[in-house]
Amino acid sequence: MQSTALPTPEQHGIRAHSDGPIVPVQTRSERFRSTDVADFAPITGREHEWKYSPVAAFADLTSGELDGSRVEVEATDATGVSLSWIPRDDARVGRAGTPEERASANAWSSFGEALLVEVAGEEAKTVTVTRSGLGTAPRAAHTVIEAAPFSQALVVLRGIGDARLTENVEVVVGEGANLTVVSLQEWTDESVHLASHFARIGRDAKLKHIVVSLGGKVVRVNPSTHLAEQGADVEALGLYFSDAGQHLEQQVFVHHDAPHTRSRVTYKGALQGEGARSVWIGDVLIGNTATGTDSYEQNRNLVLTDGTRADSVPNLEIETGDIEGAGHASATGRFDDEQLFYLQARGIPEDEARRLVVRGFLAEVVQQIGDAELEERLIRALEAELQGS
Amino acid sequence: MSVLEIKNLHVNVETDQGTREILRGVDLTIREGEIHAIMGPNGSGKSTLAYTIAGHPKYTVVEGEILLDGENVLEMSVDERARAGMFLAMQYPVEIPGVTVTNFLRTAKTAIDGEAPSIRTWLKDVRGAMTNLKMDSAFAERNVNEGFSGGEKKRNEILQLELLKPKFAVLDETDSGLDVDALKVVSEGVNRAHANTGLGILLITHYTRILRYIKPDFVHVFVAGKIAEQGGPELADRLEEEGYDRYHVAESATQ
Ligand SMILES: Nc1ncnc2c1ncn2[C@@H]1O[C@H](COP(=O)(O)OP(=O)(O)OP(=O)(O)O)[C@@H](O)[C@H]1O
Ligand SMILES: [Mg+2]
Repeated sequence: MQSTALPTPEQHGIRAHSDGPIVPVQTRSERFRSTDVADFAPITGREHEWKYSPVAAFADLTSGELDGSRVEVEATDATGVSLSWIPRDDARVGRAGTPEERASANAWSSFGEALLVEVAGEEAKTVTVTRSGLGTAPRAAHTVIEAAPFSQALVVLRGIGDARLTENVEVVVGEGANLTVVSLQEWTDESVHLASHFARIGRDAKLKHIVVSLGGKVVRVNPSTHLAEQGADVEALGLYFSDAGQHLEQQVFVHHDAPHTRSRVTYKGALQGEGARSVWIGDVLIGNTATGTDSYEQNRNLVLTDGTRADSVPNLEIETGDIEGAGHASATGRFDDEQLFYLQARGIPEDEARRLVVRGFLAEVVQQIGDAELEERLIRALEAELQGS
Repeated sequence: MSVLEIKNLHVNVETDQGTREILRGVDLTIREGEIHAIMGPNGSGKSTLAYTIAGHPKYTVVEGEILLDGENVLEMSVDERARAGMFLAMQYPVEIPGVTVTNFLRTAKTAIDGEAPSIRTWLKDVRGAMTNLKMDSAFAERNVNEGFSGGEKKRNEILQLELLKPKFAVLDETDSGLDVDALKVVSEGVNRAHANTGLGILLITHYTRILRYIKPDFVHVFVAGKIAEQGGPELADRLEEEGYDRYHVAESATQ
């Protein structure tokens, strides 16, 4: 669904035993996978996973040679969280997923060592891992975030400064663990960042995964979550603010692969300025063993000016009839001048009225992060985006 | 003594079929504390008058003036008009997703007064006003008008009227869609604002029913974009009996 003007709400609720065939756009589980870039054909831009992306803007990252050396990392101190570099053939690499497209495979083929973030201990803690100074030459990176069984933490992976980066991030959530991962993109205006996140969630474990894309010319963060064991739960959240000439993309995949798993996907974005673009693709696959699945995904876009484009494509694939519920919703709406009039008619100046509406729209996602300081900082960052129109 | 003057107001609206003249020379003066009822058939331009006073961008004033205590209202932006003391209770209030009633009211109050209200008295005022309008306190945490019933939206408009304390209020069919109980509650709210602040009121309505609860000093019959007749409360009674048929004849004669 592509929309640039009026609200186009689209709602579907599919419950267990609902009749009518569900015809998937394509079978996600059968997609080709490899860690070797040579196994992928060169990109034409017509492939389903690339057709919304400006592929010419980052051909160096999908087919060129990449610098796979360590990137500069700075982390805050948190008891129970440790950082180290591990070799690419370490057994802890490659447990959460395998690349499904060329940028991801190129990164995998090129990285030297992986950054390992280990989380242990049941008490709540926050660690912010900041990556900066990546420069303007094409690079590859690999990160493994591992939450030990029953551990709890919030890990912020933040990117600032220049970057031309393609990377893979593996997230391994052990049994009963409760992990939040925030991928925060605050790159410079010329930066390009392509990321694939692979999460594997263990028994009765919970992952909250949040993608916040604010800065960068092209930012594409594609999180795949494998609900691999009984009772696994994922809350996948996203927030983006696309300015003039910016391309912000996220292809979200949730694979329900065990009984009684739950997923909630909520992505919200605002678009402002000529050529501001966003892409959201939400694939949910409910496998034949995933009885009792409870799943819902939604994407909402708020269009603030003319000249923007938001693509929003939900796909739901169900292989078992025995589920609790599954549904999706997608809507792209224009900033409503009547809302503006209403607020102004109550004395609120125009710029403040705009901020109020946009902040209200995006706050739903911010409020779910669960870290007051980070929430506060993101609200401020969003305010700055709004000011910079 | 505040006064709102509307002089020879002509208003156009751009439609797909081109420019359409809707208001054709409206003259009306409302003084502080006065209640004026405007009654007229569907499509006669009542809402257009209300929106034009509030400054809605869809309506273009081609001739005439609106003055508030001698100040040119037409030169003010929508929010400036509100800060100058004008208020419009809308026929169809707008939903604002993600913005709670509490946040909205505080932001509006701060904008109108030029400073934030003192927290303690403000909370008390809001709670008191909601109780008077028989609004559940849960409304405070709901998003503005989102999922509100027609009657709840109208109460929410009057809540704002009572809290923002304007000098002049235009109430556009605040009575439509209300059952008798809600009509009483809303009318009481308007009468309270009138008694407490000397509010001047332009009450737009289709039916005489609300005039049982809100007593107008003047009644104006609005037909084909201007005032066709004016009088005291007795004019409303006559309209009740005779309807607008008499004026329709006059209207077609002028076209
Ligand atoms: N934005 C607009 N675009 C096109 N036509 C409009 C617009 N606003 C008003 N009109 C037209 O102007 C005329 C007057 O409309 P208005 O809403 O002011 O009438 P009203 O007296 O309030 O009617 P009602 O009693 O139904 O509320 C109508 O014919 C209406 O269709
Ligand atoms: Mg009307």
